[in-house]
Amino acid sequence: MTAPATSRPAGGPARRLRRPRTVTGRRPGSLAVLVITTLLVLVPFLWMLSLAFTPEEAAFGSARLIPSHPTLDNFERAWSDGALGRAMVNSLIVTLIAVVTNCVLAVAAGYAFALLPFRGSRVLFYTLVSTVAVPVSVTLIPLFLMAKTFPLTGGNDITGVGGTGLLNTLGGVVLPYLIMPMNIFLAKQFFDGFDGDMAEAARIDGASELRIFRQVYLPLAKPLVAVVAIFTFTGVWDDFLWPLVVTTSHDTQTVQLALTRFLGSGNVQYGALMAAAVLVTLPVLAVFLFNQRHFISGLTEGSTKG
Amino acid sequence: MTSSPTATEAVLESGRTGRAPRRARRRRGRLTGLWFVLPAAAIVVWFTLVPVFYGLGLSFTQYSPLGRTGPRIIGFDNYVRLAGDADFRQAIGVTVRYTVQVLPVLVVLALLLAVLANKPFRGVGLFRSALYLPHIVSLTAVSMVWLWIYSRDGMVNELLDLVGLDPQRWLHEPGSALTAVSAMRVWKALGSNMVLLLAGLQAIPRHLYEAARMDGANAWQQFRYVTLPGLRPMLVYVVTMDIIYLSQSFAELFVLTQGGPLGETTTANYLIYNEAFQHNELGSASAMAFVLFALIIGFSFVSLRALTGRKS
Repeated sequence: MTAPATSRPAGGPARRLRRPRTVTGRRPGSLAVLVITTLLVLVPFLWMLSLAFTPEEAAFGSARLIPSHPTLDNFERAWSDGALGRAMVNSLIVTLIAVVTNCVLAVAAGYAFALLPFRGSRVLFYTLVSTVAVPVSVTLIPLFLMAKTFPLTGGNDITGVGGTGLLNTLGGVVLPYLIMPMNIFLAKQFFDGFDGDMAEAARIDGASELRIFRQVYLPLAKPLVAVVAIFTFTGVWDDFLWPLVVTTSHDTQTVQLALTRFLGSGNVQYGALMAAAVLVTLPVLAVFLFNQRHFISGLTEGSTKG
Repeated sequence: MTSSPTATEAVLESGRTGRAPRRARRRRGRLTGLWFVLPAAAIVVWFTLVPVFYGLGLSFTQYSPLGRTGPRIIGFDNYVRLAGDADFRQAIGVTVRYTVQVLPVLVVLALLLAVLANKPFRGVGLFRSALYLPHIVSLTAVSMVWLWIYSRDGMVNELLDLVGLDPQRWLHEPGSALTAVSAMRVWKALGSNMVLLLAGLQAIPRHLYEAARMDGANAWQQFRYVTLPGLRPMLVYVVTMDIIYLSQSFAELFVLTQGGPLGETTTANYLIYNEAFQHNELGSASAMAFVLFALIIGFSFVSLRALTGRKS
């Protein structure tokens, strides 16, 4: 990425000392604002964790930050009542397919737009990337009908008539996630930072274009691939509206939909609900923690140039 | 591929700073690039661009898939009917109000926090990570937590109880429901906005501040004449993306209020979902989606002009 200065927000300790104080200097007031806001932001999470470990019958009135009789019952109930295991597997399958297709196809496309331009590639690039602005609701109904009339699936004939197509299948869920145009944009921005010298050298050595991409540039693009993978993972894992529309049975529903099963009618079981919310968050949290540096730097760099 | 690692690094470094002339890049690969792009492009065309035109076509039809017949072309009837549709007008109003009341609070707070978290002090990374946490948890899960916070025995009412006030049904009163959801959304989006603005701040060259200080600029003047202009590109990006996301809100309303009370929290996206998948009116729902699309584009355009138009 072209702006190394912005990718290391913390800097080294030595650098930190030498850096001049900026804007408002060292005022205790600003630190207080930061501390208070951070606490306000964290409080809902602490209650979420607390409730998840509090027995259901003690959840109200006496609810306190540290449960007096912590229990794992809620997690057990969340797992069995909400069929959360099945939903986790569904979400993982869909998410991993999307991560792979985005890391391979979107990154390759961004690479070509940056380093292998062809006639009309600029127009094509802007056309593809501008689809980011299309609201979900615009494509929701057509995609639903396209999934429903997908030929030769779910009892459909070759013209897509007769059955339910890809509705209620994981294949149907994954369709809109296969490529996220934002990833193509990020990839092009990244590869724009290179010139063609290395490719030129490799070409003189007789390497094929595919080999140049895979063996020269891809190894250098690890931070990019990490960012694309994380973006795709969280985006697909968290999506709600499309799975809501395309699936109806527990067998194919994703985790976000599984969460709403705890809302039920009337009495909401907050303990189980919070336990489920914690469980559903864990995979994204893990992905985030393992890639924290890439995540924040990639996020910021992709957009600074945008 | 024959170059030594150091040579590769040298080339890489030069690539990072300087930029080769465009023509050099174009020399080879007239069409090879197309093969790299084709799979991704085909998918975007098939699952995004084609649906846009398909949807546009549907918006001129009457189509209830439960009936035996296919879509019936009715021209502009859907759009004409929408002009007089009280529910749709209310939903657009809710969408605009939601966006307009979340956006300024969100951006100003995030900017404040970004400036504060831009200070070099021990443990600043901890604050950044903590503030970013709500962004990592999905909107659905986060809404569940706030459902409890706003519930009858939830945190907000407990706090009211401490100061001797009566509990409220925050999500069920027409006066407070949308505001309650808005507060949640500010909380949820604060961290990601802050991180983006933080990156914008760090891209501002330090010598500008030194120069300003030498000219005797105080903290506010430095912020006004160095920070804000330098931050403009990132502010434009943040505000535009916020508008696009906020104006399409759905999940938090589905969980927290189901669009109630009395449609007070039924956003346009929510109404479109209901019209299409509860009432099975795919034609008029498509027309609604395109009116929303036009409004989002218009809204983003106006904000873009406002943010980039006047240069100081």
